[in-house]
Amino acid sequence: MTFWIVNILNGLSLAMILFLLASGLTLAFGLMRIVNMAHGSFYLLGAYLAFSAMQASGYFLPGAVIAVMAAAALGMAIQRLLLSRLHKQELSQALLTLGLLFIFSDIAFWIWGGNPVLPLQPALFSGTVNIFGVPYPFYRLFLIGVGLLLALLLWYSLDNTKIGAIIRAGLDDEEMLRGIGVNVPLLFACVFALAAGLAALGGVLGGPLLGVFPGADFEVVLLAFVVVTVGGLGSIAGAFWASLLVGLIDNFGNAWFPQLSLFTIFLPMILVLAVRPTGLMGRA
Amino acid sequence: MVAAAAVILALAAGAPALSAYQLDLLTQMLTYAIFAMSLDILLGYTGLPSLGHAAYFGLAAYATAIISLRLSVPFALAAPAGVAASVIAAALFNLLALRTSRGYYLMITLALSQLLWSLAVSWTELTGGDNGLPGLERPGAIASAAGFFYVTLTVFIVSTLALSVLVRSPVGYALKGVRENEGRMRALGYDVWKYKYFASLVAALFAAIAGELFLYLNGFVSPSALSVTVSAQVLMMVLVGAAGTLFGPILGAVMFVLLQYVVSSYTQRWLFVIGFIYVIIALYAPQGVLAFLAERLRRRTRRAA
Repeated sequence: MTFWIVNILNGLSLAMILFLLASGLTLAFGLMRIVNMAHGSFYLLGAYLAFSAMQASGYFLPGAVIAVMAAAALGMAIQRLLLSRLHKQELSQALLTLGLLFIFSDIAFWIWGGNPVLPLQPALFSGTVNIFGVPYPFYRLFLIGVGLLLALLLWYSLDNTKIGAIIRAGLDDEEMLRGIGVNVPLLFACVFALAAGLAALGGVLGGPLLGVFPGADFEVVLLAFVVVTVGGLGSIAGAFWASLLVGLIDNFGNAWFPQLSLFTIFLPMILVLAVRPTGLMGRA
Repeated sequence: MVAAAAVILALAAGAPALSAYQLDLLTQMLTYAIFAMSLDILLGYTGLPSLGHAAYFGLAAYATAIISLRLSVPFALAAPAGVAASVIAAALFNLLALRTSRGYYLMITLALSQLLWSLAVSWTELTGGDNGLPGLERPGAIASAAGFFYVTLTVFIVSTLALSVLVRSPVGYALKGVRENEGRMRALGYDVWKYKYFASLVAALFAAIAGELFLYLNGFVSPSALSVTVSAQVLMMVLVGAAGTLFGPILGAVMFVLLQYVVSSYTQRWLFVIGFIYVIIALYAPQGVLAFLAERLRRRTRRAA
C-alpha cells in the first residue's frame, strides 16, 4: 500500500513539473511551428535564478517571481529578435534554438559552476503530511496542487476567454487571424513569453525536488518533447494527460526496472506514436 | 573532379610525412565527411530534416564494440555486423518516422535516437553505461595511424563515388523530385514513401560506416556518440557546407574538425562557440556558407559591372 501511495504521488508531482514544461512547448509549436530546443534553458535559468535570489533574500517567493519574470522577458526577446525572422522555417528554428541551448548551458556553467545545487523548499510547505498513515512530503503535495491549478487555469482561459479564442484560432489558421486584424506578432511574442515563464516556473518548483545541475536543461527538454509528442502537438489537454502518463511511468519504471529507467519513458512514446502518429490528442 | 583527384593524391602521398596526431585529425575529417554526406542524402536530396541521425552512427559503433568485446567476434565479422544492425534499426524506425512530416519528423527522429541513447546510458551490463566501452583494438595491419588513415581514405573515396553515382541516377533525381514537390511526384505515379524509405536506409548505411570508422579511430564508444549533440553537429556540417550537394557536407566536416581543433586549443568555451555558430548560420546562412559566399560574390561583381 505504502509503495503504491508513494509512487503514485511521486509520479503525480513529477507529472506537474512536466506539464509546466510541456504546456508552453506545445502551445509554441502549435501556434508558431517552433521546435524550441532552448525550452530547457528557461527551466535551468529559472531554477538557478530562483536559487540565487533565495540565497540573497532568504525568501522563496521573491526569487520565484524574479526568475519567472526574467525567463519570460528573455523568451520574448528571443522570439522578437531572433525567431520571428525565421517564421515557418522549422529546421533553421531548431538549429537556432539548439544554438541558444548550448550558449545558455555554457553561461549557466560559467556562473553557477559544475556542482549540483539543491534549492531549499519554501519554509511554509516543508515537513510531511500523513496520507492513509503514510508520511509524505508536504512540498510535493503543494506542487501537485499548483500544477493542477495552473492546468485548470490554462484550460479555462483557452476555452472561455477572448485571448483563448484568439490562440485557438491561431492554432487552426494563422493567416486568417492576421486577415481579421489580430496583432499576430504581438500574440506570438506573448505566447512565447508565457511558455518561457511556465518552463521557468517548472524549474523554480522542480529545483528543490530534482536538484539543479549542468545538463538538466538537456534532460528536461527531451522529457518535455516526449510529453508533447505523446500528447499531440499543440494540445494543452494532450500535454496534461501525457504528463500524467510519463510521470507515472517514470516512477513505476524506476521502481520496477531501475536498470532501464530512461528506456521505460521512451518506449511507451514509441508505442503511442506507432498507433497514433499525431499523439493522443493531436490533429494531423 | 580533377581538383578532387589532386587533393586525394596529395593526401595519399603526403601522409607518411605527417605526425600521428595530424593523421588522426585527417581521419576524423574523412569520417565526419562520410557521416555528413549520409545525412545529406536525407536532408539535402530528399528533404527529410532528421535530428536523430547519430542513432545509426552510434548504434553501429556500439553493436560492433559489444560483440567484439563481449563475444570476441573477430574484426572481419564484427564491423559488418555493426553496419547491419544500424540498417535494420533504420528499417524499423522509419516505418514510424516516415508516417510524419516536417516539425513532427524532426521530433520523432530525435526521440528515436534518444531511445537508443537511453539504452546506452541505462543498460549498464551491456553497454558500460556512462563510461562506455573502451579497449577496442585495431587489427595489426591497420593499427598504425597511417595504416588506418589509408583505410579511411579508401572507404571515403568508395563512399563518395557510390553516393555520387546514386544522386546522378534516376533514383537520385526522383529523390530530388520528392524534396521539391511530393504531391507532383505522387501524381506522376511515383511511390513517394518507397523513395523516402530507400533514402533513409542508404543514409543509415553510410552513417553506420562512418560510425565504424569512428569506433576504430578512437578504440572506444560512449553514449555521447548517440547523443543529440552529435546529431546536431552532423546537421551543422551539412548546413554549413551546402545541403543538396556532396561537396558541401565534405567541406562542412573539414571546417568543423578544424574549428574544433582551433577553438579547443584556445578556450574551454567550446559549447558557447558552437552554439553561437549555430545561431549565426540559422540567421544568416540557412542555405549554407558556400551559397552565402557565392551570393556575396555575385552581388559584388554585379555592382562592379
